[in-house]
Amino acid sequence: MRPLLSLSHYNCVQARVSGSVVNNAVTAVAGRTSSTLARNKLLDSLLRISTRSAAIVVLVMLTGVILSLVDGALPALKTFGFSFIHTQSWNPVTEKFGAAAPVYGTIVTSLIAMLIGVPISIGIAIFITELCPPRLKRPISTAIELLAGIPSIIYGIWGLFVLAPLLQKYVQPLLIGAFENVPVLSSLFAGPPYGIGILTASLILSIMVLPFITSITRDVFETVPPMLKESAYGLGCTTWEVVRHVVLPFTKTGVIGGVMLGLGRALGETMAVTFVIGNAHRISHSLLAPGTTISASIANEFTEADGELYTSSLIALGLILFVITFIVLAGARLLLLRMKRAEGH
Amino acid sequence: MNDSSMTLYKRRRRRNQAAMVLSCGAAGAGMVALVWILATLVLKGASGVSLAVFTQMTPPPGSSGGLLNAIFGSLIQTLVATLIGTPVGILAGTYMAEYGRNNGLTSVVRFINDVLLSAPSIVVGLFVYEIMVQPMGHFSAWAGCVALSILVLPVVVRTTEDMLLLVPDSLREAASALGAPRWLVIQKVCYRAARAGLITGTLLAIARISGETAPLLFTSLNNQFWSVNMNAPMANLPVVIFQFALSPYEDWQQLAWVGALLITVAVLSLNIIARTLSSPRASDR
Repeated sequence: MRPLLSLSHYNCVQARVSGSVVNNAVTAVAGRTSSTLARNKLLDSLLRISTRSAAIVVLVMLTGVILSLVDGALPALKTFGFSFIHTQSWNPVTEKFGAAAPVYGTIVTSLIAMLIGVPISIGIAIFITELCPPRLKRPISTAIELLAGIPSIIYGIWGLFVLAPLLQKYVQPLLIGAFENVPVLSSLFAGPPYGIGILTASLILSIMVLPFITSITRDVFETVPPMLKESAYGLGCTTWEVVRHVVLPFTKTGVIGGVMLGLGRALGETMAVTFVIGNAHRISHSLLAPGTTISASIANEFTEADGELYTSSLIALGLILFVITFIVLAGARLLLLRMKRAEGH
Repeated sequence: MNDSSMTLYKRRRRRNQAAMVLSCGAAGAGMVALVWILATLVLKGASGVSLAVFTQMTPPPGSSGGLLNAIFGSLIQTLVATLIGTPVGILAGTYMAEYGRNNGLTSVVRFINDVLLSAPSIVVGLFVYEIMVQPMGHFSAWAGCVALSILVLPVVVRTTEDMLLLVPDSLREAASALGAPRWLVIQKVCYRAARAGLITGTLLAIARISGETAPLLFTSLNNQFWSVNMNAPMANLPVVIFQFALSPYEDWQQLAWVGALLITVAVLSLNIIARTLSSPRASDR
């Protein structure tokens, strides 16, 4: 058995712990008056209780959010019932509200963002872990992570004034022209090039989710034992074959967790989307047409909503958004947790 | 035989090269996005930066002015939100790392906290609207602060727990063996050893909330005038940018770009400072 207070520990404590601790401790031991002990006991339980209550605050917060949203959404849910989810009309004048268009917009923009963002994120992660010269590793990782630091309103203003005009002028006419005579795609890319719309919002979202997916994918890629990769290289595999047949299968759970985390972010993103989505409450087949998402509807209309039913319908939208993102994010965390546990064994 | 193995070899090499080129392209695309956004901000924003931005109030449409009230509002609300959120977050993180390291409460709190970390911030705005704005009957800066502090909390909880878990147990045992009570061990040993990490967490939290717009839209709203009344609507940079950027007036759009540049510079500097603090070399010290 190692003595608890070996010499090296003692040095360490001397170096790290300020003199006052040692002094206090010495008085506590030497004096050992019952009042000091009682005081310490009191302070100990005080700290214990206050930290415990702070931890419970986190739980209370989540319950509070859910309860308040349900409470606020109740009038709308009572009036429209289950049909709220699949009704498309959104008419403040006749007070008929349905969530179908925003829910559709939220899901479609996020899915397209994933289609574009996931391959790029995984590509960046492969670049950082397999190809990048060690000297550049940190600067490039930092640069990608800084993308996560840029506030979403900046993405919005950039998307509206830089990306949207560019898409309108060059990319969208090209898409419309190219798919004019292709059966399904022609309806996906139909109509005049507005610049703003579902596709533009998806593009912005795909840039915004890059750092989140990349950083998790990179982290799980680095958990692959070097021995496994080296064995594959030893058999003559190319870098791509090692990534495809060793790294990806090994880290599957973690990568899916990272992708779902990115999806959760994309679903709830507000400001960037609000700028470029066009805010039109309808479902259209064309990806170039303006649409709306749950968060954009709330951001645009909440302060101007008059009447209890209007406000309540917007809160009901918030509730739907929270439930969807909660499920996605919880799933992501469970997968990442499983990955971590498997690693521990 | 030899011939076919050569073509197989060539095909594999070509496929590998294609994949590697695509992967480099992906990294390049990421960098281009970052540089493009930052360059746009500097090009459009820098020309509008002047003394007036920091000394004058937000103007009515069609006239020139500054962003003073918005900058002040953002600073004060961020400050108050950090002061509310950080202590609670550090205490909760302390419980998870020091008292209930492996118990059920900690696992549940950790899971919920991770979910709250990426929960949509607009929902937090709705929540605060329900519990504060509606009962009080008016928008207020306090409500904005509470909304932001709810966003601070999970970031601080997460980093506090992680950083305290990095402090070696032998340090705690050594201090305890000297007779130091638990509260003293936590305060003088654990917090001191994890100090750089705790500061990093706070800085990251501040960076996160200083650009947040969605939760402020219907809590602290906006205010075109100078106001120090925390019980009334207060201007703040993100919402001013939102309003001005979507307006048809040139002056307002120009101010929106200046505000965007200011916020981005502030947020990215905070991020970089936090990163340098927590880099391996810094934590050796």
